[in-house]
Amino acid sequence: MRQYFSLGFLLALVVLVQLITQWTDTAFYLTQLTMSAYYSLLIIGLCTIMGYAGQISLGHAGFFAIGGYLSAGLTTHNLAPFADNAFASMLNKAGLLVASQDLYGDPLLTLHPWAACFIAVSTALLIALALGGPVLKLKGHYLAMATLGFGIIIYRIAMATPYFGEADGLSGVPSFTLLPGVTVSGDFGARTSNYYIAWGAVLIGMLLLTNLVNSRMGRALRAIHGSEEAAQAMGVDTARAKLLTFVLSAGYAALAGVLLTHYNGSIGPSEAGIMKSVRYVAIVAIGGMAHLWGALIMGTLLNFMSLRGLFGSYDDAVFGCILIVIMLFAPEGILRLHLWQRFKKDKAKT
Amino acid sequence: MALLEVTNVNKRFGGLHAVNDVTFSVEKGMIKAVIGPNGAGKTTLFNLISGNLPLNSGKVLFDSKEIQALQPHQIANCGISRTFQNIKLFPGMTALENVMVGRHTQSRAGFFAGMFHLPTSWSEEKEIRNKSLELLDLLEIEQFADAEATSLAFGQQRAVEFARALASDPQLLLLDEPAAGLNIYETAEIARLITKIQSQGITVLLVEHDMSLVMDISDEIVVLSFGRKIAEDQPSAIQKNKEVIQIYLGDDDA
Amino acid sequence: MNPDLFFQYLLAGVTYGFLYAIVAIGFNIIYNTTGIINFAQGEFVMLGGMFAISLNNVLPLPLAIAAAVALTMIIGALLEVIFIRWLKSPSVLRMIIITIGLSIIIRELALHFWGETVYSLPYFIGNELSTITILGAKVSPQVLWVIGVSTIMVTALSLFFRFTSIGQQMRACSSNRLAAQLCGINAKNMVTFSFMLSAGIGALAGCVISPITYTQYDIGPGLAIKGFTVAILGGLGNSMAAVIAGLLLGLIESFSITVIPLAFQEAVSISILLLILFVRPHGLFGRSETASLKEF
Repeated sequence: MRQYFSLGFLLALVVLVQLITQWTDTAFYLTQLTMSAYYSLLIIGLCTIMGYAGQISLGHAGFFAIGGYLSAGLTTHNLAPFADNAFASMLNKAGLLVASQDLYGDPLLTLHPWAACFIAVSTALLIALALGGPVLKLKGHYLAMATLGFGIIIYRIAMATPYFGEADGLSGVPSFTLLPGVTVSGDFGARTSNYYIAWGAVLIGMLLLTNLVNSRMGRALRAIHGSEEAAQAMGVDTARAKLLTFVLSAGYAALAGVLLTHYNGSIGPSEAGIMKSVRYVAIVAIGGMAHLWGALIMGTLLNFMSLRGLFGSYDDAVFGCILIVIMLFAPEGILRLHLWQRFKKDKAKT
Repeated sequence: MALLEVTNVNKRFGGLHAVNDVTFSVEKGMIKAVIGPNGAGKTTLFNLISGNLPLNSGKVLFDSKEIQALQPHQIANCGISRTFQNIKLFPGMTALENVMVGRHTQSRAGFFAGMFHLPTSWSEEKEIRNKSLELLDLLEIEQFADAEATSLAFGQQRAVEFARALASDPQLLLLDEPAAGLNIYETAEIARLITKIQSQGITVLLVEHDMSLVMDISDEIVVLSFGRKIAEDQPSAIQKNKEVIQIYLGDDDA
Repeated sequence: MNPDLFFQYLLAGVTYGFLYAIVAIGFNIIYNTTGIINFAQGEFVMLGGMFAISLNNVLPLPLAIAAAVALTMIIGALLEVIFIRWLKSPSVLRMIIITIGLSIIIRELALHFWGETVYSLPYFIGNELSTITILGAKVSPQVLWVIGVSTIMVTALSLFFRFTSIGQQMRACSSNRLAAQLCGINAKNMVTFSFMLSAGIGALAGCVISPITYTQYDIGPGLAIKGFTVAILGGLGNSMAAVIAGLLLGLIESFSITVIPLAFQEAVSISILLLILFVRPHGLFGRSETASLKEF
């Protein structure tokens, strides 16, 4: 029950922030808050695999990029020259293609964003499924290096493939109409509605994950984190549970990539870079690893500050410092309220 | 028909023959103990049965089914539950939640049901909670249900581990040195709890160092020395067995 | 492929192979004494090159290199003393994150000192056009420097570990830390020393290779992941095998451009890493039984 209270509080806060920016004429903050929300979606997904299932992933920017790049590529590359192709006309009949005109008035035929989103997220899920099997058998350094390697491969592919725009990335990504009247786009006029779409996605994402954590499988995951051997002895198929969590978190990352790319209208190779992955790990660590709310709060806060340019050219250095300081002095994260836990313990004992 | 049959089981670690051609069986409803001096291969034997270590040769039959090639979680699903010598409770979870994890094999709700909090999983969740509370009650630790499990006293932690192992409704309970680290009062408490578990119709196989516990509660005892079985009998006969006294009791308190 | 081109690829492969092997040995030295994989290993190579390049403005080349190696060793020691020494039995995850953080900070500092400019040391002998003819093929003398210095380094290291007192103490710590401490070995100092040593060899390799491969602030992560590939390929902790594995990876990478575009070269070596992790995590030369005893 408590989680629904927290989610209600979050909803109220989201509305309150929007109203405050409206009253104080600072609605420009909403842009970065919207972007932070999408990053936070990835981060709470990463938090489940790192904090609850206890597996580090240094490649989550890779999944974000798979989502973002695929949906960008599929919705921007012109299919008009192939319109007579049997496959393309089949897609067209199925209503999966969108016809429009480019800047010069030439016909432009692209995949519908929903179809692109579906392909992008499914691809990420399939890759996570295929990769997760062997990768999650690894532990410690090997797991870290393998996921890091995966991230670099995705980065290199993005950098070297003309379809993905090489070093320039892809731009001109169209808006994405989720439902009639609900459109993800970077239009100036749609700023407020996009703020609510992004935070609505985060709320739904949080709801699903908090439900999960408090369910049978969630308990099993936390058990794996505590002692894999004991969890197995209790009948938990630890390999399967870890794999499904990995796939789930990859899905969150890919979806965040899709939505943010439609919001920004573009995506570049830096979204796939190692530094992004490291940054996500840093944020989960600061939030306290197994702490969805911590990850969400720190994810929003730090991404917002970073997007506002508060760290200047020291952006990456700031996250490096945060990682070291947290791991040296507060490996449990800074939001772990030890006093509160001790109080609960004492109450339980008496 | 015995519930558990261990036949010619062997395990080698490099040059060390840790378990050497051991054969024994456990009848339904009894408390059976495996004893032996340090390094006799007791815990190794235990880990072979629970699937934590692969064996080199031999067979383990549970309920007439071969289980030696199964993974630990599959063995748990067959109806064998275990505790650990150095208690392995899940940190960051309450005593109740620990026991609820033990109910894993008796419930089905998956990722999807959990994420969407499907109504189909509600009654199951309630059943898991009630059964777990019942077990905490049986082991007389219901007052600690909401305390973080790893913050409890050692003896209480052991009881939580018992409750967690019982939550899967096992036919066979494996206890790895249940008296390790306990004082004589706590050991007596544990002995009482083990007989209480037996009275629920659960077969118990335990590995133990503490002779007083073993002699008091076991129906039968297997003695291991350097990986070999040297005796298997009732406690009274074991106490008189010359070889056992020589290798085990002779050195210290006999 | 004509023989001349083949020979060029071969030489490039061997040159890079030695560089990767040295990075891998740096990993191994620290891993053996601490059980830690130091993700900042590639940054030592970068620092060595950068320091030498800057110092070469005021000092003659040999002195600049010696000073650069010494400086990097001091940095290696400082990192250990400040960030690692006082942690009580930290988890592997914690150490991974700390060393990743260190690598980021070193890289960012380098970016602020040296910018994004690509630097290089002058050729030790002659210039980029001068060649020596061996067996009818033309070879840049710098390649010989790389091969020579690396061979000397590897030989010196193995002699050091076998015959010097400190080397033996470090080996004792790696096989059983507690027992070594009981024998009066200061295990903590050995850990500091292992950081210095691996910083030193990384820096020296960074200097020797700089004229050929150039030095930029962000070469570290790429080198680290390839060095790690080599360390795994040879079996983690096994320095001699790392040389063979390094040459293997260097050659695969260098010849891969005949079939796969250059832009995917790094993806190729990382795919090899993933493959080896999945199929033979104990390495080409290691035995799975001994590997399973190690703590990753």
